[in-house]
Amino acid sequence: MDAGIVAQARESRLWYPCGMNSTQDKPDDLLPKIIPLSDAAVLLKFGEEISLEINQRVHHAFRLLKVNPIPGILSMIPAYCTLMVQYDPVLNKSGDIIEALSLLIRIHMISGEPMQGKVIEIPVIYGGDAGPDLDFVASSHQLDPEEVVAIHTSRLYPVYMMGFMPGFAYLGGVDDRIATPRLASPRQQVVSGSVGIAGSQTGIYPLESPGGWQIIGRTPLKLFDPDRDPPSLLSPGDLVRFVRLDG
Amino acid sequence: MADHNFIQVLDPGVLVTIQDEGRLAYQSFGVPVSGAMDWFALRVANRLVANPSHAAGLECLAGSILLECEEDVLVAGAGCGCRLVVNDEEYPLWLAVRVRGGMQFGLKPSGEAGCWGYLAIAGGIAVPPVMGSRSTFLRGKFGGLKGRALQAGDLIPLGHPVENIHLLAGRNFSPAALPGYANHVVVRVVESAQAANFSTEDWNTFCSQEYQVSGQSDRMGYRLAGALPLSLANADVISEGMLPGIIQVPGNGQPIVMMSDCPTTGGYTKIAAVARADLPLLTQVEPGTGSVWFRKVSIPEAEVAYRQIVLGIDQFIEEEG
Repeated sequence: MDAGIVAQARESRLWYPCGMNSTQDKPDDLLPKIIPLSDAAVLLKFGEEISLEINQRVHHAFRLLKVNPIPGILSMIPAYCTLMVQYDPVLNKSGDIIEALSLLIRIHMISGEPMQGKVIEIPVIYGGDAGPDLDFVASSHQLDPEEVVAIHTSRLYPVYMMGFMPGFAYLGGVDDRIATPRLASPRQQVVSGSVGIAGSQTGIYPLESPGGWQIIGRTPLKLFDPDRDPPSLLSPGDLVRFVRLDG
Repeated sequence: MADHNFIQVLDPGVLVTIQDEGRLAYQSFGVPVSGAMDWFALRVANRLVANPSHAAGLECLAGSILLECEEDVLVAGAGCGCRLVVNDEEYPLWLAVRVRGGMQFGLKPSGEAGCWGYLAIAGGIAVPPVMGSRSTFLRGKFGGLKGRALQAGDLIPLGHPVENIHLLAGRNFSPAALPGYANHVVVRVVESAQAANFSTEDWNTFCSQEYQVSGQSDRMGYRLAGALPLSLANADVISEGMLPGIIQVPGNGQPIVMMSDCPTTGGYTKIAAVARADLPLLTQVEPGTGSVWFRKVSIPEAEVAYRQIVLGIDQFIEEEG
């Protein structure tokens, strides 16, 4: 952390570099509540719903804290509307961490546009053996499989968060015309690289695992490789575009 | 750099994996922390043989493993429910012992309660780190030795110990400074993110009743069962980050304590978190027979307890004699 900036801000009470003063309420709405998660972690909470706007603030704070590291912070986990910050309790007291985080966030987040994640293209072979549920997804919406593919490839999907298993990205914003509930009975094995739909979410299985998503295709890309750096093809905050690959 | 010294696995026990302090830096990609269940035991064992705290050792379920070394090594056992053995001779845990080349050594159950035994070897285990850690994550099949549990015949590479390491034989960790390991323990907790979603009655129940640690427990989580379930209007929250020690309450009202291999995010209501200082106690309770009571403390109190344990470790190592 740039201790100088924090000290200055504390001295001058100049929280808002763009000239706003601290009695204005509106900017504070954009700031997170900071609540303890344990004796070694806090949650920065930006809202209570799944929305792109709230999620972008999470990723904004995540990037800010990567660029301006606070000593003693060990790791961070961005999620839909929270950022978990884990710290070393030998070096930091909970109260000090909360103060340092809130100062840093106030200084940097009020100004400055949220940074955009990078766009990652994922080539997908749709249907056939690679996408055994494509026909079901199509027929349950009275569409041709071709139309499902056209709709699925027409959008940019934000990576709201990663979790569940290494390299698994929660992608939101599936078009209602192809949103489809999970399988009634999950598969024992879903091949790695499988692209699926579950409700209004879409995602890619990074590793072979059991799963109940409607599998509409498969990508030849390796989403997660423990020996690669970074190990994951996708990062939280990225935008994903699926591109049709002729199998 | 001289060639590595190796140890060979003769009997792989029940479930033995290579673990260190865990893999913190990749949680934002969904990679669990992993690492030793009982962080205290592995850290003390490492310090007894003059390894850095981040060195990797062996975590042995039910304290069972048999190895053979080619050259002399200095080893220390730690944890619960087992003893160190060298050529059929038994030694206590928390003691640095010299093992001569060609001898067999390992951990053996002692009949006392306990779940995890640890073996640290001077120089540390030198498998290549994966994402900055040597910890094994079995479900992801990475880390440790080829991402799996040890098998008979495995050769495990060792790092280089400090010079004159064998002069340290006989060092021990003061038994008076050990946490109060037992099969029925009181564990301190602090409030977690959704603590306020629980009623005063729920909190009273949570902090007064005995919780059995269910047999359906593993490195991912310990499931608890109490006579009175906690009541929740809605058990689900929007998924958010979590870490080992967090206590989630699903719809059935019976808490689950997240452990080393827990997922990085979770969507159940989080009532509390086990104080880091007391997590070792809970990990050593035997699933199926042991039990736990919770006592709520403030975060500053939990922080002080943790700092005292961490900073005290080197003070309580006593030289021979």
